[in-house]
Amino acid sequence: MYLSDLIKNGMELADAAELLVNVTWTMLGAFLVYFMQAGFAMVETGFTRAKNAGNIIMKNMMDFVLGSIFFFMIGFAIMFGGDGPIVGSSGFFSPMQLADGDGYFNGLPLGVFMIFHTVFCATSATIVSGAMAERTKFMSYLIYSAAISIFIYPVTGHWIWGGGWLSGMGFHDFAGSTAVHMVGGVCALAGAKILGPRIGKYEKDGAVNAIPGHNLPLGALGVFILWFCWFGFNCGSTTGAATNVGDIAMTTNLAAAAATLAALIVTWVKYGKPDVSMTLNGSLAGLVAITAGCDVVSNWAAVIIGVLAGVCVVLVIEFVDKILKIDDPVGAIGVHGFCGLMGTILTGIFSPECSLVTQIIGVGSVLAYVLVLAVIIFTVIDKTVGLRAGEVEEREGLDLHEHGAPAYANFNLHRDR
Amino acid sequence: MKKLEIVIKPEKLENLKVILDGSKASGVMITNIMGYGNQKGFRHLYRGAEYKVNLLPKLKVETVVDDKTASEIIDQVVEQIKTGNYGDGKIFVYDVEDAVRIRTGEHGQDAL
Repeated sequence: MYLSDLIKNGMELADAAELLVNVTWTMLGAFLVYFMQAGFAMVETGFTRAKNAGNIIMKNMMDFVLGSIFFFMIGFAIMFGGDGPIVGSSGFFSPMQLADGDGYFNGLPLGVFMIFHTVFCATSATIVSGAMAERTKFMSYLIYSAAISIFIYPVTGHWIWGGGWLSGMGFHDFAGSTAVHMVGGVCALAGAKILGPRIGKYEKDGAVNAIPGHNLPLGALGVFILWFCWFGFNCGSTTGAATNVGDIAMTTNLAAAAATLAALIVTWVKYGKPDVSMTLNGSLAGLVAITAGCDVVSNWAAVIIGVLAGVCVVLVIEFVDKILKIDDPVGAIGVHGFCGLMGTILTGIFSPECSLVTQIIGVGSVLAYVLVLAVIIFTVIDKTVGLRAGEVEEREGLDLHEHGAPAYANFNLHRDR
Repeated sequence: MKKLEIVIKPEKLENLKVILDGSKASGVMITNIMGYGNQKGFRHLYRGAEYKVNLLPKLKVETVVDDKTASEIIDQVVEQIKTGNYGDGKIFVYDVEDAVRIRTGEHGQDAL
């Protein structure tokens, strides 16, 4: 219905105008968050080797495809189908029935609400593909990708945004530091750990080898795209055209900038030179960390949150790499898992209207649930279909073996085996 | 006749061409190569982990000349191309049994 139709149907002009401008704003946010898929795809392909580039693209594409389909069929019902404390209970395979008589759901036309949340679900799913890059069997990854959009993301999403027990407690995760990013990061942790490191990553004595990405400009393009789209992710989460969207953009931008600078300085001091890929990770760390409280913390708090994220992400990535010996080619565990957790907790510290205790309870419970579920899912996949690609496939490149064709067909690349 | 195999850093090519053009070398064959010498490349940090870069880009410049020109070229290269740092390169000298100009069928030094 257009504005004139809403008026003819009895709505006040002001209400109709607000509804449609809210619709416009939310849709804009949804489109930007969709484009984050391109951002993640570029980051992941840039930070990994050329022989697996096509495979990474396929995993990213299918994360969105399977997320779209399974969230529509099952996930949306679990997340928004009712006020049960743990999961929703209606709308399976026909989420359209969840709309009220006029077609609205939570104040927006159902389609607008659904597409908005679909792209958020797909964002969470695609975080994991980077941590599991270069050695995961494609079929097994598809199975996991469907599973997260059914069993993991919608459940914790229901607790946080769908009327579940955490939202009732006042847990504040405005745009998804926990719901999207920590969930993805923890799945990445479980997946990468069960998968094992890439061949050649660790020596027998535990020494760590670097496996450089093949195209840092692509990785940087990915980060630029993600920063841009994050304005849709955070500001769009108002799901309405409100006067505070600029404030949200300011906290988002300041946190990202502060985190990038902090990561740059830390790597400069630690490694002697500013590391390109780690600095890029720093930007993402700041963006992830501010996502929970971007609407309620001050600009100065955003700077502090950013600095903490930028410092921590470097240390956590190294910790995961060198101490835990979990091979994470893109740093997803540090960027999304840790900074999602930290950002949500810091929201409890820097926002007077949020309770630190509630934030910790929320983060802890989601962490526990996701970790347990992810371990179960990956273990089941590993024991049935097998999670890991074969050694020959891994050495010669997944592009050639899983997809039958290299991503860079006519280039004579240095084949690192 | 001698064949000179001159391995240099790519940025030294123009200097080398000046030397070769000024000498009696009548032709040159240039190949892009990757390799390392005694230094075995160098070490880098990537995200805090070390890795060895031991395939460095170089140029291999080959030319077949008479013996006198060969030693002239060698002297000039050592004097003008060297920087004094590791990575300056090497010259390998081979004896050439014969050379043939395909267009005319000439053999030996007449073919150069």
